[in-house]
Parts: sequence; C-alpha cells; structure tokens
Amino acid sequence: MRHTLAVLVENNPGVLARVSSLFSRRGYNIDSLAVGRTDDPAVSRMTIVVEGDARVLEQVNKQLHKLVDIIKISDITADEFVDRELVLIKVNADPSIRGEVMQIADVFRARIVDLGQNTITLECTGNGGKVNAFEEAVKPYCIKELVRTGKIAMWRGAKYTGFPGSSNKTNKEDE
Amino acid sequence: MKKSGGNIIVDCLLAEGVDTIFGYPGGAALPIYDALFDSDIKHILTRHEQGAVHAADGYARASGKPGVCIATSGPGATNLVTGIANACMDSIPLVAFTGQVATSLLGKDSFQEADITGITLPITKHNYMVKDINELGDVIKEAFYIATTGRPGPVLVDIPKDVSSGYTEYEDTGPVYLPGYTPVLQPDSQQVSRVVRAIAEAERPVIYAGGGVISSGAYNELRELAEKTLIPVTTTLMGMGCFPGDHPLSLGMLGMHGSKYANYAVSESDLLVGVGVRFDDRVTGKLDTFAPNARIAHFDIDPAEIGKNVRVDYSINGDAKNTLRAVIDQLEKGSGKPWNGQIDRWKEDYPLEFEKNGSLKPQQVIREIYNVTKGQARIATEVGQHQMWAAHYYHYSRPRTFISSGGLGTMGYGFPASLGVQAACPGEAVFDIAGDGSFQMNTQELMTAVNYNLPVKIAILNNGYLGMVRQWQELFFDRRYSYTEIANPDFVKLAEAYGAVGMRITDSSGVRPALEQALEIDRPVVMDFIIEREENVYPMVPPGEAINNMLG
Ligand SMILES: Cc1ncc(C[n+]2csc(CCOP(=O)(O)OP(=O)(O)O)c2C)c(N)n1
Ligand SMILES: [Mg+2]
Repeated sequence: MRHTLAVLVENNPGVLARVSSLFSRRGYNIDSLAVGRTDDPAVSRMTIVVEGDARVLEQVNKQLHKLVDIIKISDITADEFVDRELVLIKVNADPSIRGEVMQIADVFRARIVDLGQNTITLECTGNGGKVNAFEEAVKPYCIKELVRTGKIAMWRGAKYTGFPGSSNKTNKEDE
Repeated sequence: MKKSGGNIIVDCLLAEGVDTIFGYPGGAALPIYDALFDSDIKHILTRHEQGAVHAADGYARASGKPGVCIATSGPGATNLVTGIANACMDSIPLVAFTGQVATSLLGKDSFQEADITGITLPITKHNYMVKDINELGDVIKEAFYIATTGRPGPVLVDIPKDVSSGYTEYEDTGPVYLPGYTPVLQPDSQQVSRVVRAIAEAERPVIYAGGGVISSGAYNELRELAEKTLIPVTTTLMGMGCFPGDHPLSLGMLGMHGSKYANYAVSESDLLVGVGVRFDDRVTGKLDTFAPNARIAHFDIDPAEIGKNVRVDYSINGDAKNTLRAVIDQLEKGSGKPWNGQIDRWKEDYPLEFEKNGSLKPQQVIREIYNVTKGQARIATEVGQHQMWAAHYYHYSRPRTFISSGGLGTMGYGFPASLGVQAACPGEAVFDIAGDGSFQMNTQELMTAVNYNLPVKIAILNNGYLGMVRQWQELFFDRRYSYTEIANPDFVKLAEAYGAVGMRITDSSGVRPALEQALEIDRPVVMDFIIEREENVYPMVPPGEAINNMLG
C-alpha cells in the first residue's frame, strides 16, 4: 500500500541527503518527496510517499526516527486528509488548436501561465489522480516539457501534525 | 576572553572527561594539534589513522567511556572510514574529529579535500561539519551526548581549518537541545508484565544476550535473572563476557560457530528472550527455521531493531539494565529444571572439544592463555578462525574483556584495538589473538606499542593461510585454495626490528612456558605460534542452513 508521511525535520544542511541515503541503502521505495520550510524557519516539512506493507512501513518509520535531525513523523494516510500536487505542462499548440487545449484546461480548472508562438504552458493543481488525468488529456498535443512538485498533504479537520518542542525552540533562540 | 577553535576543542574534551586520544596530524588539523601541544590530554600517535580509530574503539570497549580519535582532512579522514564503520556496526561510542580545508575552499576539489561527512553519512550515528566557530562548542557537546546515550555509536565532527584557527568568545551554553533525539530508557510496565507471564509459562526458555547487555552495564541484572529463573543463557560474539562463560547456566555462543548445545537449545526452545541483540544472520542462520517452536521476546534500546529481522511476540523498548531490573522485580522464583536436565545432557553429549594429536593446535594455545591468565586477561582478536577459537576456548567471566570486531568482521582491528585496551587498562594483561593474515593489516602499530610502552602480548596463530577463507574453500569450493595461502615475514625478526620482543613456538610443549615468559616481560611481545595448518573451526552451520544443522 501507498503511505503518505509528513516528516518534520530540523532545517540543517544535509538532512535531505540523510533521508534519501536511508531510503536507498535500506531498499525502500520512494514514490515522491517534497520538501519546504514550515512557519518556523528552523523546521522543514517533508512529504514522503512510500510504497510498502505494514512491516516495511514500520521499519521506514523507525529508521527515519533514528536520524537525529528528524523531529516527528506522521502517517497522513492513517486518517482523512487532503493532498495536492502541482504540475506545469508545456504542450505544442499552434494557434489553430489553442482553443481545444484551452477547453481541456477549463475542464480541469488548469490555468494558462504562458503562451509561446506555438506552445502553451498550463498549471494544474489537484490530487495525484486529477493531475494524472490532466496529463493524459493533454498528451495528444505532444508534451514538450512536464514538471511535477510531488505530493504535499495535510489532515482534514482539527487534527494536525505539530512540533511538540517548537515553542521550546523559540524560547531557546530568544534567550 | 577570546579562544581559538583549537582551544575550544581541547576545553570541550576536558569537560567531557577525556584523558586519552589517538590520532595523526596533518595540514588541516594543525590548529587542533597546536592546542593539544600544551594540554593535559594524552595523545597517542599511531602509525596509521586506521590504527587510531581502532585504538579509540578498543579504548571505548574496555573502559565504557567514549573513544576519541583525530585525523587530518582528505586521506587522513578517509583512512578512518573502516574504523568508523566497524564502531557503527558494533554500537561503540566514538567521537572522531577530522580537519577539513578552510570553508572558502570547500567544494572546489581543494588540496586534501574529501567530503567526509558525505562519505561517513551511512556509517555514523550522526555527523557534523562545523562552519561557524560559534557553534563549535555546542556541536562537540552534542557529539559526545549522541555517541554515548541511547544505542551508542560513532559521531564524526569535521572542522574546517579556518574554524579551528579562528577566535571567539566561548561559553558553555548548558544542556544539549535535540528535539529529534529522545532515546527511550525506561521499559513500559505493561510490556514487562506480558514478558513476565510468558517466562512463567515457558517450559523450555532460553536467554539470548548480546552487546547491549555490556553497553548498558547490565551484567549483574542478567545474571540475577538467569539464576532466579534457572534459564540458560547463550551469548552472541558481541555478548561474550556479559554472562560468566564458566557458569553452569552458560551455553556459550550461538549461531554459525556456536556450540551445539546452544544451537540445539535455541532450536528446541519454546521462549527465546533476546536482550540487547539484533538477530544477525550469523546468529539466526536460515531465518524461517530459526527457533521454530519459540515465541520470541526482544528487549532493545533501539526500537528499529525490534521486528527488523524476525517477527517478535513480545517487545520491550528500553535500556537493557532497566528492562532486566523491571522483569526481575515482577518475577517469582521459577522452576525450569526438566529442561536444564536436557541441556546438561546436550552439554555432555556434544562438548566443545578438539582432537589432540600431539601437534601444536590453535585451540590449545587459547586454552593455555586462559590457564596462565586465570581468565583475567583482556582479549582482543583479529578476524578469522583464530577469532572463533578465542571465543570458544577462553571463558570470559567479566564484561569488556573480549574485544572483537563482530558486525563488520574487520581484519586488522584487533592489534590497534588492543593498544587502546591497554591504554585504558594499564597494568592489566592484554592480548591480541591474531591470525598471520590479519596481523599484517596493521603491523605498523608495533611501533606505537613500543613507542608508548603498551606491553600488549600478540599471539599469532600462524597457519600460513587466510584460514577462515581456506576453510570455506575446503568445504564449499572443492578444496580449490585460490589465493588463500599466504607468505609471511619472519615475525620474530619483525618484532625485534620494531624494538619489541619476538618468540617462535613450534610444538605444543612450548606453549605454556612461552606464555609465562611473555607475561613476565613488561614490553610488547609477539609470539609466533606455528599451528597445524589445516585445522578447521567446528561446529559450523553451513551458510543458509538451520542452526541445528551443524558440521563437525
Ligand atoms: C579487511 C578484511 N578483508 C578481508 C576479509 C575476509 N576474511 C575473513 S577471515 C579472513 C582470513 C583471515 O586470515 P588470518 O588472519 O590468517 O586468520 P585465520 O583465519 O587464518 O585464523 C579473510 C581474508 C576480512 N574479514 N576483513
Ligand atoms: Mg591465518
């Protein structure tokens, strides 16, 4: 099964290398990994989508925990969640077929972010399924370039994955 | 008052209680060495950085304190790599300092630049590069804290030259703050109760104890648990000495070269209690036939070890000493006698013995070392057949007396490690039980031994072979001895060239007198025992087999 992990890490140099080295040397499969800072600039959040059965997931979780820079790991898939991915796609679109492409974009609520002489660049946001479907839909127009951000995710409702010591940390820095 | 980076390092070492370090200088480490020059820390200059890191590791294993080593950037740092991996596999607390090129030269393939934090990322518990002198003190404090707490391990601190030679106002900032690092030390009492019930119900229980018992200092607790319940104890190679080898409840070592009675007991057990162990493949053999009738309980400080290799029925995450104490406190005095009758019968039927035919047998050398030292020596080993004989024929009655490379199996480990052991335990008898092959991997440290008068006794079990590999070739490759016969120098002359004492022993009657004489000499002694060449280590579980399926 596919699991989406939200991993809070100390924003130290090398933390991404530590995580990716762990996955490769222990043979775990990463489907996607997205990383960026949180509201606390000292803390980053990684969203890791990993494939594996319960036993593999338990090991992934425990081995990640052993990394000193990792503060907290939450399996987002364990509860109701929203997930999003963003894709930028540049397709061939000479003026004669632009209309068609724009119609497709409309269906997916994608936005046109750039127009070239014979190309059009689209931005689409959604969960993985929607982004895949959008990619399929524009494929006939010959994709010249495509880039996806990888998935980010968050629990629905009041539940959140916070950082238990963050106020502590702020105190330390204030002193 | 402003302090140099080098002086901050020295002050931090002193604050950590470090008195002895092992190292080798070079350009990028100059500012650190300059600060060491007039400090009270004893620095032992080895003849190779690999010697320094193994010596620091041996020092840590014998003393229980963190080992410390220093190397310069580039080749100095990369020469530490094997020793760091070795310490990581065996969970040894070690702090390695490396010099690094100045921050302005980083990433430019500068002279003697090597990305040592990148290289050692998967073989350290954690590592650091300090780019700001104001963080140096905190980082060193964290390094020692991480290396020595929880599941111990090596931590590397890489220090660019401009940081070690810079100046700053330094003050201690108090306790370390590591939100992502919170080892669990106290066992969960509900888990303890479940294990206690399982022990009370078991009819054929076995304790399987390892290095974690030694690192947590749980020797007394383990013995108390075994004696209270009469459960027999088998140990891993790393666990040698965590339970007295001559105790009636001792089963000796288990696994690939375990005793028959240990492997039979584990295979027939209905409850296997693993304490500070990691179910390594050299222990379990074929996984699906390992302890097939047993429920498995696993106590470990590292939660990631629990369930990693085998499915466990009961698990307790915590420090071994605390866990054993909690279990003992809840247990009633047990029975288990019928099972011990069976175990005693196995011990009688399948004793660990070797054929005596008048020639010089390696096993006899180990037995005699045990006899002349009355079991009180510290024994380091290299890797190979001699290592297994040292595990079989010497009974270790105290923790931290058997010093051997378990997880990585590093030839060349034992001799430099023995120097660290001797530095930690002056006045004690320290041996390196060596193979002729392994000893040649770090022979240069003879000069260190002589230089610092570390009077280690090196017993080379000289078979003219890379014996363990030859044994596999004999058994599994049709006796095709491909590149395992090894030509050796004259070890006696070699010892003498370095200023040590050399002896050659060619027959069995000479073993005891030579050992007695060597122990009288307060200098390093190399004893070259010319042993029966094709002696094999038995019992042996062929690779991939169940552990009750033994040769020999
Ligand atoms: C650094 C290193 N290289 C290779 C090996 C593989 N190896 C394991 S045992 C062994 C032979 C050791 O020979 P020796 O030291 O003479 O010991 P003996 O087995 O003869 O007692 C070898 C080559 C190893 N363990 N370590
Ligand atoms: Mg040999």
